[in-house]
Amino acid sequence: MIRDITIGQYYQTKSVIHELDPRVKLMGTMVFIISLFFGKSIWMYLAVTVFLAAVIKLSRVPLKFIVKGLKAVLILIIFSAAFNLFLTDGEVVVRLWKLKITKEGIYQAVFMVIRLMYLIMGSSLMTLTTTPNNLTDALEKSLGFLKVIKVPVHEIAMIMSIALRFIPILIEETDKIMKAQMARGADFENGNLIKRAKAMVPVLVPLFISAFRRANELAMAMEARCYHGSEGRTKMKPLKYNRRDRIAYAVLAVYLCGIAALNIYMGGRII
Amino acid sequence: MSIIVDKISYTYEIGTGFERQALKEVSCVIEKGEFIGLIGHTGSGKSTFIQHLNGLVRATSGSIYYDGQDIYDKDYNMRELRSKVGLVFQYPEHQLFETDIFKDVCFGPKNLGLTKADVELRAFEALRLVGLDESLYYQSPFDLSGGQKRRVAIAGVLAMKPEVLILDEPTAGLDPKGRDDILDCVKALQQETGITVILVSHSMEDVAKYVGRIMVMNDGMLMFNGTPKEIFSHYRELEEIGLAAPQVTYIMNDLKNAGLDVDVSAITVDEAKASILKALGRN
Repeated sequence: MIRDITIGQYYQTKSVIHELDPRVKLMGTMVFIISLFFGKSIWMYLAVTVFLAAVIKLSRVPLKFIVKGLKAVLILIIFSAAFNLFLTDGEVVVRLWKLKITKEGIYQAVFMVIRLMYLIMGSSLMTLTTTPNNLTDALEKSLGFLKVIKVPVHEIAMIMSIALRFIPILIEETDKIMKAQMARGADFENGNLIKRAKAMVPVLVPLFISAFRRANELAMAMEARCYHGSEGRTKMKPLKYNRRDRIAYAVLAVYLCGIAALNIYMGGRII
Repeated sequence: MSIIVDKISYTYEIGTGFERQALKEVSCVIEKGEFIGLIGHTGSGKSTFIQHLNGLVRATSGSIYYDGQDIYDKDYNMRELRSKVGLVFQYPEHQLFETDIFKDVCFGPKNLGLTKADVELRAFEALRLVGLDESLYYQSPFDLSGGQKRRVAIAGVLAMKPEVLILDEPTAGLDPKGRDDILDCVKALQQETGITVILVSHSMEDVAKYVGRIMVMNDGMLMFNGTPKEIFSHYRELEEIGLAAPQVTYIMNDLKNAGLDVDVSAITVDEAKASILKALGRN
């Protein structure tokens, strides 16, 4: 049922991308997203597509897995496409009653859809190839400079990794409780909105109780092992760059420069 | 009211790359009024199997007939099936949600669309059947002990008056007293009302004393299916799949090997005692 949610999920396999330092992937995702919003020429989108396809190929994550993440934002994509299509001023192509579709609108809509899709695909590729723990490690390390201005970076990273760790547990728990209530005749599929919302009470109450119980137990277990924040804490597997990561950074730099150069060359032209 | 299970297979998460076959062509017949023990190691497919019996999980292939009707028929009423086959999940106390015990037990029968009077009558009956003290009926379920909570949860399913009651590891996490209480209660219930009971467990000791038939699952397949005495004679094979026969079986076999003429098929301590005394000529 709810197991279809793939955002934030990790896909286990062995690949070059999986083995990269998470900081590289974090940076890579950022570079990729920035590059998406650089310009609006077809050639640039072609280059971005090639880059994304190459990374997906290298990651060995099946494409349908990455595409599945798009389902969650389908409505958003449709809406932004519609708004861009109808509300952009310019050379009118089709006129439907009070709505008009312009040439500029079509371009805008298509580019917006591509941007949003690639945005989701790029970021889900990062989570699919990086374990949540690695990801928060990378965040902690990359944002370490904020410690100077007394931002509790370690604690925030810890909270994040615990939250991420709890997502699959809570999903499983929800599934279990729903089944248990269905075995007692609960009906989640039929009825109007209010009836269905009411039907969720027998699921949500036990779910909250168990979430609090788990949180309590975890806090207890952490305290029992003398956890007290970042002070003097070392890592079992500290993040370290090696040759592969340096090559990846170089590739990213070349990619970003390439895209920038392409946009300067194209100016504001689309084709 | 028999259930016929015909070669059902089930694969988890088809088409995601995490596929895992949980059941492989399981077939069996469950007759009305039987008390069956379903045993298997963690991950052997027991829990998945029982969720098929009330239609919560749909088999990838194979069919199930309840009372002669195919439950996978398009116009088969799944909700009615769920009221006939009551399933008590593992740690059922985690599904309690109402403000008081009585209301929680009412949840099941209320979903069946009965009148208020009927619902309350059933709730009372169910709470009486599980032997919960009347003074507790209007307390919050969250103030109870683990064993009491579990009884409330079982009552919640019993209140639907199922024809078949399936209990998934009803004794997990309970102390020996709580464990015996629950199992005695289930046995009494079965004798009193004549419903079919399927008890899922990984403890042979638990099951041996109560059930009339044992089904052993291993790696998604039904490995043995027979009376406790038959099953425990395979105790070497049971060990290989990470299970064990009751301790009595081991003692009796050791005694037999040591030259004492005892009945190795004894299951309970009392049977063993009688057999040993007889062999020693002191009965």
